Amino acid sequence: MNVIVGLEIHCQLDTKTKLFCGCSTDYRTDGPNTHVCPVCLGLPGSLPVLNRKAVEYALRVAKALHCTVPEESVFSRKNYFYPDLNKGFQITQYDKPLAVSGYLDIEGDEGEKRVRITRVHMEEDPGRLVHKGGADRPRYSLVDYNRAGIPLIEIVTEPDLRSPREARRFLNKLRATLEYLGVFDSEKEGSLRVDANISIEGSERVEIKNITSYKGVEKALTFEVTRQKNALRRGQKIVRETRHFVEARGVTTSARSKEMEQDYRYFPEPDLCPLRVADWVDGIVLPELPDARRQRFMDQYGLSLIHARTLTGDLRLAEFYEKVAGTDPALAATWVADTLLGELNYRDMSISSVPPDVFSGLLSLVRARVITDRNGVDVLRVLLDELKEKGTCESPEACAERLGLRALPADSAGGDDPVTKAAREALAENPRAVEDYRNGRKEALNFLVGQVMRKTRGCAKPADVNRVLASLLGEGA
Amino acid sequence: MAEGMLTFSPDDRYNAFLRTVSPARYGEGRLRGIPVAIKDNISTAGIETTCGSRILSGYVPPYDATVVSLLKKEGAAIVGKTNMDEFGMGSTTENSAFGPTKNPRDETRVPGGSSGGSAAAVAAGLVPLALGTDTGGSIRCPAAFCGIVGLKPTYGRVSRYGLVAYANSLEQIGPMAADVAHANLLMSVIAGHDPKDSTSLDAPYSHTPSMEIRGTRIGIPEEFFGEGVDPRVASVVWDAISLLERKGAEIITCRMPSMAYALAAYYVTCMSEASSNLARYDGVRYGPPADVRKPWHEAFQERRREGFGLEVRRRIMIGTFALSSGYYGKYYAKAQAARRNVREDFGRLFAEVDVIAGPTMPTVAFRFGEKSDPLAMYLSDILTVPANLAGVPAISVPCGKVEGLPVGLQIMGRWMEDERVIDVAYAYEQGANP
Repeated sequence: MNVIVGLEIHCQLDTKTKLFCGCSTDYRTDGPNTHVCPVCLGLPGSLPVLNRKAVEYALRVAKALHCTVPEESVFSRKNYFYPDLNKGFQITQYDKPLAVSGYLDIEGDEGEKRVRITRVHMEEDPGRLVHKGGADRPRYSLVDYNRAGIPLIEIVTEPDLRSPREARRFLNKLRATLEYLGVFDSEKEGSLRVDANISIEGSERVEIKNITSYKGVEKALTFEVTRQKNALRRGQKIVRETRHFVEARGVTTSARSKEMEQDYRYFPEPDLCPLRVADWVDGIVLPELPDARRQRFMDQYGLSLIHARTLTGDLRLAEFYEKVAGTDPALAATWVADTLLGELNYRDMSISSVPPDVFSGLLSLVRARVITDRNGVDVLRVLLDELKEKGTCESPEACAERLGLRALPADSAGGDDPVTKAAREALAENPRAVEDYRNGRKEALNFLVGQVMRKTRGCAKPADVNRVLASLLGEGA
Repeated sequence: MAEGMLTFSPDDRYNAFLRTVSPARYGEGRLRGIPVAIKDNISTAGIETTCGSRILSGYVPPYDATVVSLLKKEGAAIVGKTNMDEFGMGSTTENSAFGPTKNPRDETRVPGGSSGGSAAAVAAGLVPLALGTDTGGSIRCPAAFCGIVGLKPTYGRVSRYGLVAYANSLEQIGPMAADVAHANLLMSVIAGHDPKDSTSLDAPYSHTPSMEIRGTRIGIPEEFFGEGVDPRVASVVWDAISLLERKGAEIITCRMPSMAYALAAYYVTCMSEASSNLARYDGVRYGPPADVRKPWHEAFQERRREGFGLEVRRRIMIGTFALSSGYYGKYYAKAQAARRNVREDFGRLFAEVDVIAGPTMPTVAFRFGEKSDPLAMYLSDILTVPANLAGVPAISVPCGKVEGLPVGLQIMGRWMEDERVIDVAYAYEQGANP
């Protein structure tokens, strides 16, 4: 049973001002209805004036997605009633979108894959409802129009995706591309919303509306695949419908059929002139995009494909990596891709919360063997916890010092260095292991190394311990 | 003394004003201290703006329409808001939620509409200047019925920012005054490019009317004197055209076949646009609030059912139908095709003539209640809607009377030739009243 998925992705363009007026888009930290004017409130008599920057941003996306930009595109009105909709219609594009027929290459389930883009169009975000007194049966709702008029682009794919995982990969690649283009900020709350169409080959398709997180898309689709396959196995028919994703419960629920019968009565927006911007496209110089950067990371830093892909999969991560790559790009790649990312995920933190110079400092300590790899991880954990809690942290040196995690010296002439001392103790306390070792059971050495590490609380460098133990065991022979 | 206050206490026995402002502030400029009346669908900061509708009662805009800012910049005193058919939907001002306006020339008759309040205020001498708006004749019709001058400018020549939308692609704000010179003056203040209106043209208006029309070719479409046009009105208008001929104009009769579809194209377009424009009146943001105890869709329906008048509800419903899927191609798309035909007709005619003239309205002012059948009412717009469909300038200038009631001569010009339209009207006016 083949799974067929197509996505409609709405992204807020990261412009300074709204799509049709001069109001600031930086509303998230301010009170409700503070970033509004007659235009974005839709007051009687106000008129939209198109934000040139938003068009440029949308065209950047169109070009990066290899789309064709028709000679003329047209804004239309999508008419429907809803309390968050200030004008009783949304200005969007309908039969003449900004851009059509593009593609994005992704890492698919079976290798490199080309996902076709049907269209890219521009539209305005509606306002936002805030429900008071419980989401299921709110006592009342408040309307905030700060979001009304934020520029959105809608990107529609062909039904080219074959699994929930591919859908997630597509989204990740798209997000990275949009961020590389400098037109989108995925860290802003609510900056991305996805509608997903999914069907099992040969059955009706179901639309899942308004998924608001990256992880949600894969979850919702996975749930739907199971639901639909189970239904088909039981001999039931899949009905064509709209479903909502309930993020908290990880399930989709059927929307009232009423919502499907909406007739949006599209017609050209008479207050805006047709848009003729095809000739702007040639003038757009695209920045380095994820695929190009991945190749460069392999060429310039000698990274493996896997490391290069991971590190370029997110703009901030790629930029972070380049800041800390320093004199040992391989070490930095391992530390960023294999260690730091995991620790960040565990703490639900973003790469932007880590100051690159702090991380560079840590890498220098590790590289100079001032601390061991293992203790480096401990220091990193402590620093991340501090960053999460108060946004700042001590220096890696100070942290290692405070926790006593500096690597211990092991090369004193008289044998009174802490590593040699610990090794002597370990040998004295474990005569059986020593005997085993001498009888040719080389595994016994590992046990002894472990004992020394414990005594030095991990501050001994493994190579030192091996050397010192070998030398002590040799002496006694 | 740059600023001053004007006391405005008109004897408004015609119900021309929905509200007046007194004392009204004025400043320095070309209109220093001149009282100007504003149609109630034009936003005035701090002054209630209702569009003649209950659904907007209590709504006080926080901003001035561009035209109002321009008037204030030239020192005008904004003295009041004038009555109108609700949201501009009507040709008599009987559709106002706040009672009809009477025609100062005959109080048993309508002043025309929808800018009936502005026309009556000027005709009664309460103000020398007023702003009207014209979607399908709403300046020219009341100008004709009340015996004053009213200009619908070229689409885009006057900013629509702040004009409460009824049918965006058709309507324009324009000047209304007792004579051409004053209409011309008001036009020169309100015209010009406005970055807040994407359909605004960069064409300032600075013109001194000239009565020299020798050699001007005036086209007279047969259709403007066809069925439905009162022969007595036709006769008065012909007399006016003869006067222009005596002043040196060349009269050329012609045909305008697209007139057959103009009215249908007009009504489908304006009702469709209106159904969308008026969707925002849901009781959430302005006007009497929706009942928050009910589910929102019920509350919206109730608010809209009670807040809108009969004609507005009729037009919203027809417009909604015309845009609905399955009917869009049959109605809205067809109307746009017919509209292109009208534009092409004008283009063809204007290759041969400089202006087109005819009656503004097929009849003189109706008695109250005379046009109770909506279709009969719609038919009376047949001569004014072509100019809106094509976006060209058109003026109505008084040209005589039938049984004591004023008749308007309509002159339409090429796109962007508002000046020429003014000149021909001026030549007639000066010729008729030497």
